Amino acid sequence: MIHTTVGNIGHFFVILSFVTALVSTVAYLLVALSQRRADNAPVEFERTEQLEYAEVASAGAGRTSIPVSSKGPRSGKKTTSGKAVNASNAAEPRNDWRVLARWAFYVHGVAVVGIVAALFYIVSNHYFEYHYAWSYSSKALPAEYIISSFWHGQEGSFLLWIFWNAVLGVILINTNRKWEAPMMTVFALVQAFLASMILGVVFGDTLKIGSSPFLLLREAMPDAPIFATDPLFVPEDGKGMNPLLQNYWMVIHPPTLFLGFALTLVPFAYCMAGLWRNQPLEWIRPALPWTLLGAMILGVGIMMGGYWAYETLNFGGYWNWDPVENAVYVPWLIMVASLHTMLIAKRSSTGLKTAIILTIAQFILILYSTFLTRSGILGNASVHSFTDLGLSGQLLVYLLAFVVLSVVLAARKWKLIPSDEQEASVYTKEFWLFIGATVLCLAAFQVIATTSIPVYNSILESFGKVSNLALPVDQIAHYNKFQVWFFVVIALLTGVGQYMWWRKVENKNWNALITPAILTLLISAGLIAFGEVKNPIYMVLLVSATFALITNGSILIGIAQGNYRLSGGAVAHIGMALMLIGILYSSGFSRVISLNNSGILISKQDEFTKNDNKENKENVLLWLNQPERMGKFQLTYRGQRIEARDVPGYFPRSWVNVVEGDFHGIAQRDIEVNGKVYHKKGDTLALYPENTYYEVEYREPDGKIFTLYPRAQVNDRMGLVVSPDIERKTGRDLYTYVSSVPDPTAENRWEKTETYSVAIKDTFFLNDYVAILDDVVRTTEVDGMEIGPNDAAVKARVRVLDKNGEHILSPAFIIKDRMVGRQAETSDELGLRLQLNEIDPRTGKFTFAVNRTQRDYIVLKAFEKPLINVLWIGTLILVIGFLMATVRRYREFSKMRNKGMA
Amino acid sequence: MKLSHIFGIIVIAIAIAIIVSTAGDASSYVTFNQAAQMAKEGNDDMIHVVGKLKKNATGQIEGLFYQPQIDPNHFEFTLVDNDNRVQKVVYNAPKPQDFDRSEQVVVIGSMRGDHFQCNKILLKCPSKYQDGKLETTEHEAKTARL
Repeated sequence: MIHTTVGNIGHFFVILSFVTALVSTVAYLLVALSQRRADNAPVEFERTEQLEYAEVASAGAGRTSIPVSSKGPRSGKKTTSGKAVNASNAAEPRNDWRVLARWAFYVHGVAVVGIVAALFYIVSNHYFEYHYAWSYSSKALPAEYIISSFWHGQEGSFLLWIFWNAVLGVILINTNRKWEAPMMTVFALVQAFLASMILGVVFGDTLKIGSSPFLLLREAMPDAPIFATDPLFVPEDGKGMNPLLQNYWMVIHPPTLFLGFALTLVPFAYCMAGLWRNQPLEWIRPALPWTLLGAMILGVGIMMGGYWAYETLNFGGYWNWDPVENAVYVPWLIMVASLHTMLIAKRSSTGLKTAIILTIAQFILILYSTFLTRSGILGNASVHSFTDLGLSGQLLVYLLAFVVLSVVLAARKWKLIPSDEQEASVYTKEFWLFIGATVLCLAAFQVIATTSIPVYNSILESFGKVSNLALPVDQIAHYNKFQVWFFVVIALLTGVGQYMWWRKVENKNWNALITPAILTLLISAGLIAFGEVKNPIYMVLLVSATFALITNGSILIGIAQGNYRLSGGAVAHIGMALMLIGILYSSGFSRVISLNNSGILISKQDEFTKNDNKENKENVLLWLNQPERMGKFQLTYRGQRIEARDVPGYFPRSWVNVVEGDFHGIAQRDIEVNGKVYHKKGDTLALYPENTYYEVEYREPDGKIFTLYPRAQVNDRMGLVVSPDIERKTGRDLYTYVSSVPDPTAENRWEKTETYSVAIKDTFFLNDYVAILDDVVRTTEVDGMEIGPNDAAVKARVRVLDKNGEHILSPAFIIKDRMVGRQAETSDELGLRLQLNEIDPRTGKFTFAVNRTQRDYIVLKAFEKPLINVLWIGTLILVIGFLMATVRRYREFSKMRNKGMA
Repeated sequence: MKLSHIFGIIVIAIAIAIIVSTAGDASSYVTFNQAAQMAKEGNDDMIHVVGKLKKNATGQIEGLFYQPQIDPNHFEFTLVDNDNRVQKVVYNAPKPQDFDRSEQVVVIGSMRGDHFQCNKILLKCPSKYQDGKLETTEHEAKTARL
C-alpha cells in the first residue's frame, strides 16, 4: 500500500515554508523601509572612541570597567539617535506589517518542523515507496541511525540547515527587537532561497527548482520497468545506509555542522542590516556573540568530522585536506578572522572595514562550500562529494545573488565609514589583532586557491578552452607546507596580541615579553633535546606553540585573579596552542609499526630493493593463529568475529548462521560471552551481519595482552570497506586496520580431493605440513549425532605439525542404523579438511580424503599516534574559551540592549 | 614609506607566492604517451592518467596480478587510457577492495621504465546509493605525514 497522505502533508509544508519565508521577507522589507523613512532624520555615524569598553580594563589589576562605566563621556548625539529610533518605533505607522512578518516567520518555523516530522515519520515507519526512505534506510538499520538517515541525502541536509535557521530566526526576533526588521529581511530571504532547494518544482522539461524529499519512488524513477507492470509496487526493503555513516559521530556531526552553517548567517544578517541602516559600526555589538558562537559550533562540527574520520576511515588520520573538509575549514578561518577584527572595529576604521568584508565573506564562503560539495563540480577530486542533483545552477544563482547583493550594499555605504586619522602604531592591540586576522585570511586563501582548481577547469571549459589542471598529487604536503608556517605565526601572534590587549606591553616597552620568551626557549629546548625532534619545521612549530601556551597561560592567571569571565580569549588561545602540539606530535611523529621485518626479501623488483628494501613495506601478513612479530609486539590474528545487537563484545562468526538478506542469524551453539549465556543454540538473534571484525591479539613485551578488532564491512551492493580499531593510551594511540582480507562473504573454495592411505603411526604430508596418524579409537560421542547401542563410531587422531606447534584433527567414522556416516574436521589455521573415508580391517590402513583451501589471513597496517589526546583536550579547551567569550559578549550586548543602545 | 604600505606589499607578496606555488604543485591530466614523453625528458613530476581496466571479449578483467601470500604490497594491473594505449601499472600497496567493480580508474604517479608507477588510485565505481551515478574512492600507497 502506498501511503500518499504523509508525503502530501510534507510537500504542503515545504510549499508553506517557502511561501511564508517569502511573505516574511516582503513584510519585513516594508517594515524596514518605513522605519528608514520615519528615521530619515539623519542617523549620524560617529566613531565614538569613548564607546569602547571592557578591554580597557587592565589585566594586571584584574579589574574591568564593564560597559556601564564607560558611558560617562558618550557623546550626546549618540543618545539622541538612539532615542530617535525608539521614538520612531513607538510611532510605527505600519505596525501591522511587522505583525504579519513576525507571524509569517513563526508559521514558517512551524512548517519547517512539519517537514521534518513528515520526513521522519516516513523514514522511521519504513515507507519504502518513498524515494528518500528507500535510498537511505532499511529495515535492518538500527533505531539510533534512523535519525542519521534523515540527513544522509542532500535534501535532508538542506532541511537541517533550514531548521537551524528557523530556530535562530525565532530566537533573534525575540531577543533583538531593535534590529528585527532589516535583519530578519535578510534572514527570511535566505530561508526562502534555502526552502526553494527542497521545493521540487519542475517548469517545462528543463528548469528544476529544488529537489523534494517527498518524492515517491515511482516519481523519482518513472522509467523503472517495475512501475510499468505494477504502479503500486512497494519495495520490501530499502537500500540501506552507507555502513561508514553508521557511527555515533554521524548522528551528531551533521546537526552540529549545519548549526554552524546557520550561525554564519546571523552576523551576515546583522552586517547587512547595519549597512542598510547607515549604522556600519553599531551592528557589531549584537553580532559579536553570534560570531563567537558560530566559530565555536562550526569548529566543533569540523573536529567531530575529523574524529569520525579518524575512527572510521582508514586513511590513518583526522584530517586529509579533502576538498569537502577544506570547504568548511576556509569559512571557519575567515569567521575567526572576522571576530578578531570585530573586536578592534570600534577604534580602528581599517578594522571595521575588514570586519564588514570578512563577515560578508564568511557567509558567502559557506554558500560557496555548499556549491563546491553539492554541485558535483569536484567530480573525482573528492572522496565524499555529493552527486549532482541537477541543482548546481540554482546554487550558483543563489551564490551570485548574495555576492552581488552584499557587495553592492557595502560599496554604496563604504563612504559612511570614516578613515583613520593616523595609522595604527605597532604598539597598539589594533595593529596586532589586524595582523592576526590577515594571517588567518592568508591561510584561508591558500586553501581555497588550491581547492578551487576543479572550478578553474569548469570556468575555462565554459569559455570553450580545455584545461587539464589537476589537484596537487601530494595534497597533504602541499597544504601543510603553507599552513604550518601560517600557524607558527598565528601562535606567536596570540601571545604578543594578548600582551598588547591587556596592556602588558606599553609605552614601547617590550620587557614584559622577555620572561615568557626565555621560558619558551628553555622549555622547548628541553622538549627538542629529549623528544628527539630533528625536523627544523617541527622545532619552529613547537617553539611557537610553547610560546603561545606560556604567554596565554600567564595572561590567564592574571585575569582569572580578577574577573575570570574575561579570560575566554586566553583560554581559547591555550586550546589552540595545545591543538597545534597535538597535531605536531600525532602527525609528525606518527610511526608505522607494521613494518615487514621478516628478513625475507619478498620481491627483487627495483621498487622494493631501493631505499634499503624498506619501500612501502608497511603492511604485514598475518595467518590465522600464527604469531608474528611487529615492532615490540607479538601479533596473532585470532579469526573473524561478528557483533550481535544484544550481546556485548564480539564472538566468532562461525557461532551463527546469518540469514540471507536479513540481519538475523541462527545461533549454531550457545552464545556465551564472559561466562554469561545470551542465546541458546538454535535461537534467532539480531546481528550486524555486514560487519566482520578481525580479532588481533597484541602481546606486549611485558606479557600484557590487549585485543583490537579492526573491521571490514560488506553490503550486497558494495565491496569491502575497512575501519580501524584504536588502542587508546594516555600518551599515544595505536591505530590498526586491515588493508586486505579474503572476502568474508565468499564461500570457502575447496580444492580437489586427495586421498591418503596410512596405517597407525604413519607419517604423511598434508598441505606441506607433517601429519602423523596417532590413533583411531572407538568413541561414543559425535557432535550432533546419537550413538545408539547398535551403532559404532571411531575417531581418528591426526597430529599436524606446523612451525608454531601441533594441531589435532579428529575426523569421525560412524556406522548408524547400518548406514555409514563420515564427519570431517576442518582446520582454518591449516586450511585443511580431513575426512576418514574408509577403514580396511584387513590391511589395517585408513584412507583419508583431504581437501585444501586458502588459509584465512589478514594484511594489516598499524601505526602509533603519539600525544593525539593533547589535540582532543586542546579542542575541548578551545571550545570552553569560545563559550566564555560568547557569554561575556552576549551579556554586554543584552545590557546595552536593555538601555536601548543596541 | 608608511607601515601600512610595507604591510600591504608583504601580504601581496605572500599571496603571489601562494598562487605561484599552487600553480607549481598542481598536477595535470595526461595520457600514457605524454607521461612516457615526460619521463623520457627526465621530468619525474607526478601526473594523473585516466583510464579503464583492460577487459577481454567476455568482459573479464585482464592483467590483474595480486598475490598477498607472496607480497601484500605489490599489485599490478593493466589500464587502457583514452588514447587506447595499454599500459602496465604497478601499485605498491594492497589491492583496493572495490577495484574489480570500477568503471573508471585515475592513477596518479609517473612512468618508470616499462610500467607506470602509481602512488594513488581514484576509483569510480557505480554508486551503491545513487542509481546511475558514479562514486569516487581514493586509495593511497603511502602514509600521510605532516
